[in-house]
Amino acid sequence: MLKVDTEKCTGCGECEEVCAFEAICVEDDVAVVDQDACTLCGTCVDGCPEGALEFHNEEGLPATDLSSWRGIWAVAECRGGVLVPVTLELLAKSGRLADKLGTDVTAVLMGHDIESRAQELISHGADRVLIVDHPELATFIDEVYANILADLAWKERPEIILAGATAMGRSYIPRVATILKTGLTADCTGLDIRAEDRLLLQTRPAFGGNLLATIVCPRHRPQMATVRPNVMKADAPDPGRKGEVIRVVPEENLLGHRVRILESVKEHAEGPNLSEADVIVTAGRGFEQEKNVELARELADLLGGAVGATRAAVDAGWLSRRTQIGQTGVTVSPKLYMACGVSGAIQHIVGMQGSEIIVAINKDAGAPIFDVATYGLVGDVKEILPLLIQNIRKEQGL
Amino acid sequence: MNIVVCIKQVPDAKTVRFDTEKGTLVREGVEAVINPFDFHALEAGLQMRDTYGGKVTVLTMGPLQAENALREAVSLGADKGILLSDRAFAGADTLATTYTLAMAIKKLGPVDLVLCGKQAIDGDTAQVGPGLAVRLGLPHVTCVNALSVLDDGKTLHIMRINEDGYDILELEMPALLTVLASLNTPRLPSLKGKMRAGKADIPVWDAGELGAEPGRIGLAGSATRVISTSVPTFKARREILEGSAEEQVKALVFRFKEAGFLNA
Amino acid sequence: MAQVNYFLTEEQQMIVDLTRRIAVEKIIPVRAKLDETEEFPWEIMKDIARSDLFGLYIPEEYGGFAKGCFENCLAVEQLAYGCIAVTTTFAASALGGYPILLFGTDEQKARYLPDIASGKRLVAFGLTEANAGSDAAGIRTTAVEDGDHWVLNGTKQWITSGGEAEIYTIVAMTDKNKGARGATAYIVEKGDPGFGYGKKERKMGLNASSTRELIFNGCRIPKDRILGRKGQGFIIAMRTLDLARPGIGAIAVGLAQAALDEAVRYARQRIQFGQPIITFQALQHMLADMATKIEASRALVYSVARTIDEEGAKDVAKLSAMAKVFATDMAMQVTTDAVQVLGGYGYMKSYPVEKMMRDAKILQIYEGTNQIMRNIIGQALNKEYAKK
Repeated sequence: MLKVDTEKCTGCGECEEVCAFEAICVEDDVAVVDQDACTLCGTCVDGCPEGALEFHNEEGLPATDLSSWRGIWAVAECRGGVLVPVTLELLAKSGRLADKLGTDVTAVLMGHDIESRAQELISHGADRVLIVDHPELATFIDEVYANILADLAWKERPEIILAGATAMGRSYIPRVATILKTGLTADCTGLDIRAEDRLLLQTRPAFGGNLLATIVCPRHRPQMATVRPNVMKADAPDPGRKGEVIRVVPEENLLGHRVRILESVKEHAEGPNLSEADVIVTAGRGFEQEKNVELARELADLLGGAVGATRAAVDAGWLSRRTQIGQTGVTVSPKLYMACGVSGAIQHIVGMQGSEIIVAINKDAGAPIFDVATYGLVGDVKEILPLLIQNIRKEQGL
Repeated sequence: MNIVVCIKQVPDAKTVRFDTEKGTLVREGVEAVINPFDFHALEAGLQMRDTYGGKVTVLTMGPLQAENALREAVSLGADKGILLSDRAFAGADTLATTYTLAMAIKKLGPVDLVLCGKQAIDGDTAQVGPGLAVRLGLPHVTCVNALSVLDDGKTLHIMRINEDGYDILELEMPALLTVLASLNTPRLPSLKGKMRAGKADIPVWDAGELGAEPGRIGLAGSATRVISTSVPTFKARREILEGSAEEQVKALVFRFKEAGFLNA
Repeated sequence: MAQVNYFLTEEQQMIVDLTRRIAVEKIIPVRAKLDETEEFPWEIMKDIARSDLFGLYIPEEYGGFAKGCFENCLAVEQLAYGCIAVTTTFAASALGGYPILLFGTDEQKARYLPDIASGKRLVAFGLTEANAGSDAAGIRTTAVEDGDHWVLNGTKQWITSGGEAEIYTIVAMTDKNKGARGATAYIVEKGDPGFGYGKKERKMGLNASSTRELIFNGCRIPKDRILGRKGQGFIIAMRTLDLARPGIGAIAVGLAQAALDEAVRYARQRIQFGQPIITFQALQHMLADMATKIEASRALVYSVARTIDEEGAKDVAKLSAMAKVFATDMAMQVTTDAVQVLGGYGYMKSYPVEKMMRDAKILQIYEGTNQIMRNIIGQALNKEYAKK
C-alpha cells in the first residue's frame, strides 16, 4: 500500500495532479491516500519532489534489500560444443557495464562436457565462471536449465543477469524471471547504466522495430534482459586473462523434468544462420520460378551470407519456412540485406528494417521496398543478379 | 481434452502509425486485430478438439473492446470466450500479465493444454508463454512447428525449431506450448460460427472475480517500467542507382567494395 | 466518401464479410493458375463447404440457413469478385439443388439436401442439348418407363460441373406430342448404370469450371428418382432459372467491380505525359460510366432479389430477366473497358483484367441468352399492358 511520510510532505499537490485514479489528494496541507482507489501504479511516488511517498509490502523483495544484490551475470550458451557468438558479444557488454558499476562479470554456463569453455569465457571478459556440467544438461530442457539458474541466482544474488536472445534464451529465461518474480526485458539492442541509481537501462525494439522503448526494473532484483544477437560487439580475446572457475554441482531435485528429447537434428544450413549472418540475400516473388532462386544462393555464397525468404517465396515452396523473414518469421539486422524481387509489404519490412545497408532490386519502381532501401536498383532480378555475380567474381579475382 | 488458448488484441500492422516527434504510437484510427501467431495457436487447439473431443476456451486480457477478438475466436470454432478486463489490469508487463492469466486459468479448473502464439507483434517479448507455464506449474515448449498426440491420448509429440535445425520431443499433458506460424493454416470462420459468435455470452472477469491481489496486477504488479520511447528513423538513403542494368550493377559493386563486403 | 447503403442486416453483412474473405484469401491467389491449368477448384469448394455456404438456401431442418435469393446474390457477388469460374461452380450447385428443394418429395429432400447443404456432394443442372439451347423445348433426351425404372437416352451438352458433381437434375422428354407438358425432371446420380460423360470442353474463359457432355446410354434409374410430376419438367426448369437469374446478375456485378478496382488503381499510378492517367478526362469519363453502371446494376439486382424473396412472390420471370440482362451486358462492357484502361498491360496475362474480359462473355450467354431475356421482358410487357 501507499504510505505518506507526513514529515516530508509539504502539501504541494504534485501527487494529486499526476494521479490518474483520483486516489490521492491534499487535505489540510498533507497528502491523503484513498487506498481503495489506489492502483499502486507509482506515478506519484516517482513524481513527489520531497520523496514523501513510498510503497510497502509489494510483490517481490522489500525495497531495502536491493543493495545486497551485486554483480553482473552473463549467461553463456553452447551449441555443438561451441560458444555461440552472442555469448561473446554479451561478455563484452557486461564488461563495460561492470566497469560503470564498479563490479565484476560472472559467466554462467550450463551443459555437458563444457568445462573446456571456461577459459574462453574468461578470455572474452568473464572475471568468474560458474560451470554447471552434468549429463542431464547435455540437451536443452527448459525446466532444468531454468530451475538451476534460478536457484543459483537466488543463492548468489547478482544485480543483473543477461542472456542471449536466442531460441533457447527466449524460451527458458522468462521461466527464470517468473520464478524469481522479477522483471525481464526481451531482445535488447542497447544496455546502459543510469549512474544516479545504478539502474540498468534496457533499450529494445517493439512493434517490429518501429518503436524503441527504454525500460528499467527499479524495485526488483535481479534486473534481467536478453540481448539480440549480432548487435553488440564482441571483444578480441585475451588468452592470457585470468579468472576464477567454480564448478557447481546441481542438486538432484533441480534436475527433474517432464520433457523428453528424442532427437536433435541439425539441418544443412545454407551458410551462416540468419540471426548471425552479416549478409543476407532474400528471394521474393520477383524470382518467378524456383530455378531462379539459385541466383540468390550463389550471391549469398559469394558474399559469405545466408539466404532469406519472403512469405511469397515460402508459400511457393522455393525456400523453407525457417528462412522466412518478417512479422511471423525471423527478425534480422545484418550489415547488408539484399531484398531481391521483394515488394516490401509491411509484414516483411518489420523483420529487416534494422539492417545497416539495404539493397532493393525490383522491376516495379513504386514498390514500397524502395522506401527503406539504402540503394535501389529498378530492374529484373533475373537480369541483374547474374550481372552482379559476374562483377563480384571479377572483383574477387575468381 | 480441456484446452485453453490465450490470445491478445494488437494494433494492425497495416494501419499502425508512429509519431516521430513524441516518440510514441498513434492510437487513433488504428484497427485492433488478433495477434497473427494466436490464430495458429487457436487453430492448433481447434484441431485437437476436433480430433480428440473436449472444449476450447479462449482467454484474453485487455480493454472491453477486446471482446471482439473473443467473438472472432468463437466464430472460428472456440467453445467459449472469457474477457479479463479491469482498469487495474492496465499497464501490466509480462510478470503481471502471467499472474492475471494464471489466476483465470486456475479458476477454470483442470486444464490439459494451454496454447499461446510465440509472441505478440506489438510487445515482441515472447515471455508470456514460458512465464505462464511457471505460474501454472506446467512444463512448456516454445517454437512448436509440428504437433501430434500419441495413441495413449496424453503424450504430445512435438517438433521444436531452433537456429540450427529442430528437436523432436515428447511430454505428457498437462503442458503449455507456444506455436510458430508454420504449425498450421488457420481455418476461415464458418457462417454458423459467425452467427453463434454474434449471440455468444462473453463473461467479463475483473480483478475481484479472479481474486487477484491488487499488488500483483497491472502497473502495480509490474517489475519493469517503460521510462521513454522513441521512433527510430531508419537511414534509408533511397539512392536509386541509375542507368542500364550493367551500369547499376557496377555502381553497386563499387559501393560494396567501399563498405568492405567483397573481402569474403 | 458515402457508399450506397443497402441496409443489410447483421446476418447479411456476415455473409458478405465471409465470402469477401474467401474471395481475397482463397480465390484471388490461385485464380490465374486455375485459369491456365483449367483444374477444378476442389480446395476452394472445400473451404466454401467448411464455411457452411452451400446451405444458404436450404431449409434449417436439412442443415441450411433457409436464406433467400438476396442472400445468395450477396454471397455470389463477393465470390465473383475473386473469380467467376469458381463462383459458377458454387452457384451451379444451387441451380441443381433448387429443383429438389422446390419440387422434391419429403423423402427426396431428406435424402439429398443434407449432403448438398454440407457441400459433401456437388450438384449439376442438365437441360441444354446440342439442338436445344434457347429452344429448350427441342430437347431430344428421352425418358421411358420400364417396370419400376426409368430409362434415359440422349446427350446433354455443356453441363457445368459435369463429371465432378455427384447429383444431377436432368430434364428429359417423356411425351413429344405434349409440347410444353412433354418433359419430366429426374435426379440422376454419378454411378447410375448407363450414365457417362464426354471429354471436358476447352473454353474462351470460365476455365476453372468443368464443362462436359452428359451421356445417357440406356441409363436406368429407380422410379423414385422422378422429380415432381410427369410433364412438369419445363415448369421446373423455368422456375429454377427464374430464381437463379438474379444470382447471375450478382456475379456480373462482382466481376465488374473487380475490373473497376483494377482499372482505377492502375489509372492512379500509371504516369504518362507527366501525370497519372486518371487525371485525363478521357479516362475519367470511362471510369465514371463504369462505376455508375455497376452501382445501377447492383441496385437492380438487389431490388429484384428482395422482391422475389417477398412472401408469395409470383410471376417474377420479367424481373429476373431484367436483373440478368442488364448486369451481364454491363459486365461485358466494363471488363472490356478495364482492359482498355490498362492498355498494353491489360492485354497481358500477368495482369488480371484480360481473364475478366474473357470470363465475362459467358454471362451474356448461359442461363438464358440475353436475347431470350429480352424476349421474356418484351412478352411480359405485352401481357402487362394488355390489362392497362
